[in-house]
This record gives sequence, C-alpha cells and structure tokens, in this order.
Amino acid sequence: MKILKLIFRNTFRHKLRTFLTILGIAIAVIAFGLMRTVVSAWYAGVDASSANRLITRQAVSFIFPLPYSYRDKIARINGVEKVTYANWFQGVYIDKNQFFPRLAVDADTYLDVYPEFLLSKKELDTFKKERNSCVIGADIAKQYKLKLGDVMTIDGDIYPGTWEFVVRGIYKPKFKSTDATQMLFHWKYLDETMKKSSPGRAGKIGWFIVKIKDPNQSAEISSEIDGLFKNSTAETKSETERAFQQGFLASTSAIITAMNFISFVIIGIIMLVLGNTMIMSARERTREYAVMKTLGFSGKHLIWLIMGESLLISIIGGGIGLLFVFPIVAGFAEVIPKGFFPIFRIVPITIILSASLAILIGIASAIFPIQRALKTKIVDGFRFVG
Amino acid sequence: MSALIKVENVSKSYKRDSFEIPVLNNLSLSVDEGEFIALMGPSGSGKTTLLNLIAGIDKPSEGKIFVNETEVSSLNESALAKWRASNIGFVFQFYNLIPVLTAFENVELPLLLTHLSKSERKEHVETALNVVSLSDRMDHYPKQLSGGQEQRVAIARAVVTDPLVLVADEPTGDLDKNSADEILILLERLNKEFKKTVVMVTHDPHAAETAHLIRHLDKGELV
Ligand SMILES: Nc1ncnc2c1ncn2[C@@H]1O[C@H](COP(=O)(O)OP(=O)(O)O)[C@@H](O)[C@H]1O
Ligand SMILES: [Mg+2]
Repeated sequence: MKILKLIFRNTFRHKLRTFLTILGIAIAVIAFGLMRTVVSAWYAGVDASSANRLITRQAVSFIFPLPYSYRDKIARINGVEKVTYANWFQGVYIDKNQFFPRLAVDADTYLDVYPEFLLSKKELDTFKKERNSCVIGADIAKQYKLKLGDVMTIDGDIYPGTWEFVVRGIYKPKFKSTDATQMLFHWKYLDETMKKSSPGRAGKIGWFIVKIKDPNQSAEISSEIDGLFKNSTAETKSETERAFQQGFLASTSAIITAMNFISFVIIGIIMLVLGNTMIMSARERTREYAVMKTLGFSGKHLIWLIMGESLLISIIGGGIGLLFVFPIVAGFAEVIPKGFFPIFRIVPITIILSASLAILIGIASAIFPIQRALKTKIVDGFRFVG
Repeated sequence: MSALIKVENVSKSYKRDSFEIPVLNNLSLSVDEGEFIALMGPSGSGKTTLLNLIAGIDKPSEGKIFVNETEVSSLNESALAKWRASNIGFVFQFYNLIPVLTAFENVELPLLLTHLSKSERKEHVETALNVVSLSDRMDHYPKQLSGGQEQRVAIARAVVTDPLVLVADEPTGDLDKNSADEILILLERLNKEFKKTVVMVTHDPHAAETAHLIRHLDKGELV
C-alpha cells in the first residue's frame, strides 16, 4: 500500500510529461473508438442479416429490375416458405441529404419475411388496407417527428412525380442490430401509377426476398432459382442475405480495410508514446532503483513500481478517452448524412477492445524499463549519470 | 572470535568490454565489533569497491568476506538482499533520498520490508529522526532540506532497522564544514552510544580523525 503511494507520486513527478502522455493516449483511444465504430457500423448490415433469407436479384446488376411474374415460379420451389419483393424507390424527402431507404414492397408479405420489424397487428392491418399508406422505422419517426396519420411528401427521382404517403405504422427494431430507418410503402401503388404514366416500367420489381425453411439448403435453392431463369431475358443471381450484404460491402471495403488497419496503427503509436515516457522515467530513476535494491527491495518490487506507473498512466488516458468517445461518436452521428449508417453507435466490443488494449499497452510499455532496472547492477546504478 | 568483519585475500576486477580492470589486489582486513574505521586513499584506489563488497552490494572476484560469521561473498542475490536489509545501514555521499517521499517516508522505506505494524513503524521512524534531531522536519521533502539535513535523514534511514554495521561512503564529501562536523559527530555518537560498527570511506583527513583507526588504500592494496 505504501508502494501504491510511491507509484502515484512517481507518476506525477513530471506533471507536464505525464499530462501530455495521458492526453496522447486519450486522443488515440478516441480515434480508435471512432474508427472501430465506423467499421462496425459498416458491418452492421451483415450482422443483422438472416441466414434463412435469400436475395434474388438481376444477374448483371442490382440496378436492373426483374419481372413480377417470377414470383410464383420461385414460390413453387421445394423448401421455399415465402416470397416477397422490394423495389428501390429513393426519391427526395425534405432534401437530398436525408438518406434513409425508401422501398416499395409487397404490403401483404414483406413484414412476414422481416419479423425483426415489430409492428402492432392493428397498424399492420391498416397499412395493408390503405394503398397510399406507409410504414416507417421508429428511428425515422423520431428523427422527423412523424406520427401516425402524418403525410410524407416525396419528390420522385427514379419514379418522377410528387408522391404522398400517409404514415399508418411505426415499426420497432427487435434487435439492436435491426435497421429502424426504413420507409416501406405499397408496391402496387407505385405499379398502378407506372401503368398509367410509363407502361414499359410496370410489372417490374427490384429484388425478391425468399424465405426458406432450412438455412442449410440455401445453396441448392439458390441454384434452383437461378436455374429457372437461365437463358431468359432477365437471368437471376440468388444468394443468402448475408452474402449479399458482404458482396455489397466488398465493393467499398478498401476504405474500411484501411480504417481497420489504421485503428491498429494508432495502438502502435500510443505504445511508442507511453513506452518512451516510461523509458525516460525509469532512466532518470536508475539511482533510486539502486538505492531501493540496496535497502533490500527485490526485483518484484521494482516490477510493480514500474508496471504500476505505466498502467496508471494508460488507465487514466484510456479512461478519459472512453469517457469522451461517447459524446464524440454521438456528435459524429449528428453530422454524417442521416441514414448513411443505419446504426452508428459504440458497440460493446469497441469498449472492451479499447479498454483491454489500453491495459495491454500499459503492460507492454513497462517491459523495457523493467528489464533494464532488473539487469542494472547496484554498483552500476550508483555510478550511472543520467 | 573478536573480528566482526573479515576480508580474506580478496581480489576484485571489473570487466570493461573485453579487458579486465583490476581494482583490489589480494586484500585482507579485519574490523572488530564496535570499531570506527576510516578508509582513506586517492581517488580510484578502490575504497568504494571495498566498502561495497563488505556491505554486500557487490561480490569479490576472489577471496572471502565474513560479516558476523556469515560468509557474505557466498550468498546468492536474494539472500544477500535480505541480509543487507537486516545487517547493514548505508550512508552515501549524495544522500540518495527518494525525492517524492518526505523525510518520514524515506526513513520508513526500509521498514516496509519488515513485519512491523504501521504504528510500530511510526515509532521507529520517530526515534530515528529524533536521534538525528530532525523530528520537526518529518513532513519535508528532500528538496526542502539543506544538504546537511538530507544527510541526517539518510543516516536516520540507515539506522532505523538497527543494523550491526554502518557503511558510509564519503558522507561529508558534498557538505560545508559545519554540516560535515555535525555528520561526523553523529556518526561518532552512533558508534559510541548505539554500539554501531562504522566503516567510513573518506579522503578528508579531518573527517578521518573522527575514526579510531585509519587504513590507507593505494592501487587496490592496503598500505
Ligand atoms: N562498477 C564498475 N564498473 C567498472 N569499473 C569500476 C566499477 N566500479 C569501480 N570501477 C573502477 O574501479 C576503480 C576503483 O573505483 P572506486 O572503488 O570507486 O575508487 P574510489 O572510491 O577509491 O575512488 C576505478 O578505476 C573505477 O573506474
Ligand atoms: Mg569512491
């Protein structure tokens, strides 16, 4: 307990140096936490994806539509439980910076396939009945202060015109990883309008979501679906939702890989900063360590003395960093375009990772100085001139 | 057996890179219990080295050293550390106090290795500081004390464990005359009143006069 006091006093012997080191660690932990948050936000879609859902899209590209008529053919395949579909509508809500997904879906089945979108029976029934109604995620409702009965006006871009939807349902996310930023409305409403204004675009959907009975059959069913439409004008590509998400990520993942890498480079840098501080401190105390050894203190005592100081600095720095990373991530969430990341928050693993890395750095930074203190003979310690 | 310290045919050399520097050459010395001996000699003659060997913070290359019938030169590192803690009190030229600890805490430091309770430690520390007349400076940090006062704190730290032997390496080397005299009087008192065997290294003839016995060292040999 006296050793603790000595550790504490040693740590704050050079106040400025210790302060700068702590600041450095805190900033690095914040940067690390922020980067990990971006990385985990990026992968949130993959985590949320279900293994018993297949996505069937146009083989050439996601942006080409598929005929609505494929639906019944897919539904007849063995092992398929339900088929629903969606169409990317987009449009401009308020202004171009509001990014959440707006999808034209099959009102009758879509939520059956996405049970993680929790909607009351009453709201679901009203939604199904009213052609121009829509359902929105709780996050969206909160963000735009929308309530049941409100009208959302969207300027169409892919589908020109001014579109008005009445909010008839607000769904809640079942899991933390569930995207609560979607807006869903009747595909049939879209399709009717298309039949009138541009009949060539009618009867087309963006992709099918195929719920299967047994996730282990995903490969067979996928190839069976794609086999059905082989050599047709619109060939399909089916894969699990997870693979679909990952494929989508792969195209943009160079940045994420870089971030992932840099987040660990940061750790290396803090290690050097703290390591340097510890080496300087231990060097200056060479004589004092010799005195302590002379008085009968053992290597174990010196290890604690040095390790304790290193850990104290890294824990204070890491603690301050963690304390600030929450408001800073929240601030970032405010400035990045809405809906760009459906889920942008610090996940527990980021906290665990930051905290354990801070401790690890504390230990690692003490190794060199400890080695030196143990190796130095008493007589050489007394002869040492800093 | 009246000799407390026996140095028998001790040689010591230091390795520097590839060649060896001989420092002590087949040296023998014995010091009786209760003795106050001064080791004198020119700089580099091996005084500090001899003192370090007697105090068990270094080992001879050849020969044996006994202190109170313990063969110090044969003890291993950790046994030696324990032996030092209970048998030797150290006084250095540059005091070597821990700057972040108060006078009280510096004196208490060696007691942390004992089984004494907090209140017992307090008693011992206060007694030791009383002997060196610094009871009123307990809560001062080294940098708030004069050189002479720092050295007195160092002496209190050296005697707080009640060791058999006090070793002092140029204890007055960095002090003005008045402070030096105070230190010498203190060492004399510890020798007379508290029956400590004192081995003091000095190159100051005035300081050496305090001792009962003066031995001269030159080029690693007693002359
Ligand atoms: N730890 C050491 N490593 C290498 N050389 C040393 C060491 N200690 C002392 N010496 C050398 O041994 C010689 C005697 O040193 P020392 O005992 O300190 O002399 P004194 O105390 O009489 O001035 C000197 O030449 C010194 O350089
Ligand atoms: Mg010397």
